[in-house]
Amino acid sequence: MFRFLVRRILGAAVILLIISALVFVLFYAAPRDPARIACGKVCTPETLELVKKNLGISDPLPMQYWEWLKGLFVGRDYTSYGHCDAPCLGYSFQSREPVLDTILDRFPTTISLSLGAAVVFLIFGVGTGMLAAVKQGKALDKIASSASLIASSMQIYVVGVFATYLLVDQLHLLDRASYTPFTDNPGKWFSGLLVPWLVLSLIFTANYTRMTRSQMVESLTQDYVRTARAKGLSRRTVFFRFAWRGAMGPIITIFGLDLGVLLGGAIITESTFSLQGLGMLSVKAVGTNDLPILLGVIMVAAAAIIVFNIIVDAVYALIDPRVRLA
Amino acid sequence: MSTPFLSVRDLKVHFSTEDGVVKAVDGLSFDLEKGKTLGIVGESGSGKSVTNMAILGLHDPRNTALDGEILLDGKELVTATEKELEQLRGNKMSMIFQDALASLSPYHTIGAQIGETYRKHTGCSKKEARERAVEMLRRVGIPQPDVRVDDYPHQFSGGMRQRAMIAMALVCDPELLIADEPTTALDVTVQAQIMDLLKDLQQEFGTAIIFITHDLGVIADIADDVLVMYGGRCVERGTKKEVLQTPQHPYTLGLLGSMPSLDGPVDVPLSPIPGSPPSLLNPPSGCRFHPRCAFVDQVAGGRCSSERPALEFVDGRAAACHLTPEQKRELFSDYAAARTH
Repeated sequence: MFRFLVRRILGAAVILLIISALVFVLFYAAPRDPARIACGKVCTPETLELVKKNLGISDPLPMQYWEWLKGLFVGRDYTSYGHCDAPCLGYSFQSREPVLDTILDRFPTTISLSLGAAVVFLIFGVGTGMLAAVKQGKALDKIASSASLIASSMQIYVVGVFATYLLVDQLHLLDRASYTPFTDNPGKWFSGLLVPWLVLSLIFTANYTRMTRSQMVESLTQDYVRTARAKGLSRRTVFFRFAWRGAMGPIITIFGLDLGVLLGGAIITESTFSLQGLGMLSVKAVGTNDLPILLGVIMVAAAAIIVFNIIVDAVYALIDPRVRLA
Repeated sequence: MSTPFLSVRDLKVHFSTEDGVVKAVDGLSFDLEKGKTLGIVGESGSGKSVTNMAILGLHDPRNTALDGEILLDGKELVTATEKELEQLRGNKMSMIFQDALASLSPYHTIGAQIGETYRKHTGCSKKEARERAVEMLRRVGIPQPDVRVDDYPHQFSGGMRQRAMIAMALVCDPELLIADEPTTALDVTVQAQIMDLLKDLQQEFGTAIIFITHDLGVIADIADDVLVMYGGRCVERGTKKEVLQTPQHPYTLGLLGSMPSLDGPVDVPLSPIPGSPPSLLNPPSGCRFHPRCAFVDQVAGGRCSSERPALEFVDGRAAACHLTPEQKRELFSDYAAARTH
């Protein structure tokens, strides 16, 4: 386990390094004035000068990359804005803030949104899928299957607006979407995020229902499931002691990836509910050409996906003894 | 005459599929006494495995119609409830499967899987179940059973997995053991070891064994009686010696002809049965073997394609064929002669 972790973390570092280099090259080697791009749309000549100086535009590209990379570990000095502490992801010349501060400011919103939604869709999706597999071919299965097919073809921005209109504006059942830090007021944190959680998890729930059902159905046809029945074990025991383990592998793999992607910012959901998370941040950064921010968000998103991949592999080994971590 | 230990009467197993009803087993009868081994032979899809899944009640009730009688020690299984069957499975009757790797759970240790059966049927403690598992592994010849008991199936070799499978099937001292091609996936030396093991265990416990295979060599080794299945029906039944030496059905004859013989001349070519197994969705009329039968012209009036031959008993032998005993004697010996010269 220890060797596995060390190996994977080293691997992750290499991947992140490659991603950062690629992104860096794309942005800074693009045939446009990088200083202008970094400066953004609303760019005064004074700011442009400042950016040029700070970016070290006259330096060769590897040198610039090296400066950025070094900033991650030892911090970086910007002549006009002062020192940016390590790990320094760069500096946004538009918000006049170190990129990391901006990201850390937005990240809790995204974490709350994605983790909450993940809990909802994992419980309901996997639960409904299991139930549908048990009741294969019966009414419950058919209802669950058709409902999930309909739900999975929904769009968040449609459901989101509709849910807000119905549940919040008309029926006054739930609170309007908003973000209050958990540490400030857990109750408000919960009630403000409930609608976004439900809406974001709707499509995921549908997909997890379908996936769980098909995995379970396939798992139930395995020879070892038949053997378990031949031993005299009841359907229920066979289902919960044997079949689900075969079904969980693929589900956990997808879950890890989904969660990683969500943590990089649920762009549509955040936009629909005006939640200021990483998704909204990146949308805004694209709109204003705020490249240091974009680079930072990409790095965080990539790291999230990689971390959850490592966790998935570790969990996989716990479920399936044939998988050896090395 | 006392009732046999296992008695199957006019068993029918029909699956409803999208294309229609598949008559996988269509009127099968046989008896089996304790301590005896019945070999069931036939091609793929002849209904061998389906018959035995039906005995254990492991067919999918949603698309399977079961009809007829299965009496195990006087207990009717066709109409038994799921709860009653669960009490019997793994306990009074158990089954070993062909592919031991796929048939053992990859997620549980060998010991846990063996002990689980024992606990289910005896209600003993986990510790006792584990001790029993070790004892069973020792009995089936697994070295260092007290260590290997905690291994997972993928850590066992193919032969050891099949031994573990047998240990699991025998953990509650079943009176009926169904072995569904248990040696097919194994190499010949391991195959011989497994067969010896089964024979020893049978002698020790007086288990009745149904041995399903398509390998006549295996039948010759282990069976007392042989039942030949074709297209979901029994075409011939008798003692091993009778069936293998003087077959009474053209299909059995064909099976024997398609098998190489070690003591015959080496240059005799094998004579496979022409054609392919019948569709059970739309089986041939009359005798299901008639489209592939070499002697179909010997029966007058095209009865082979119009009339289903009954399983007739002649001299204690049963065969379902329209040929008269005289015809068979003549034709079959010519056939055998043609093969050896």
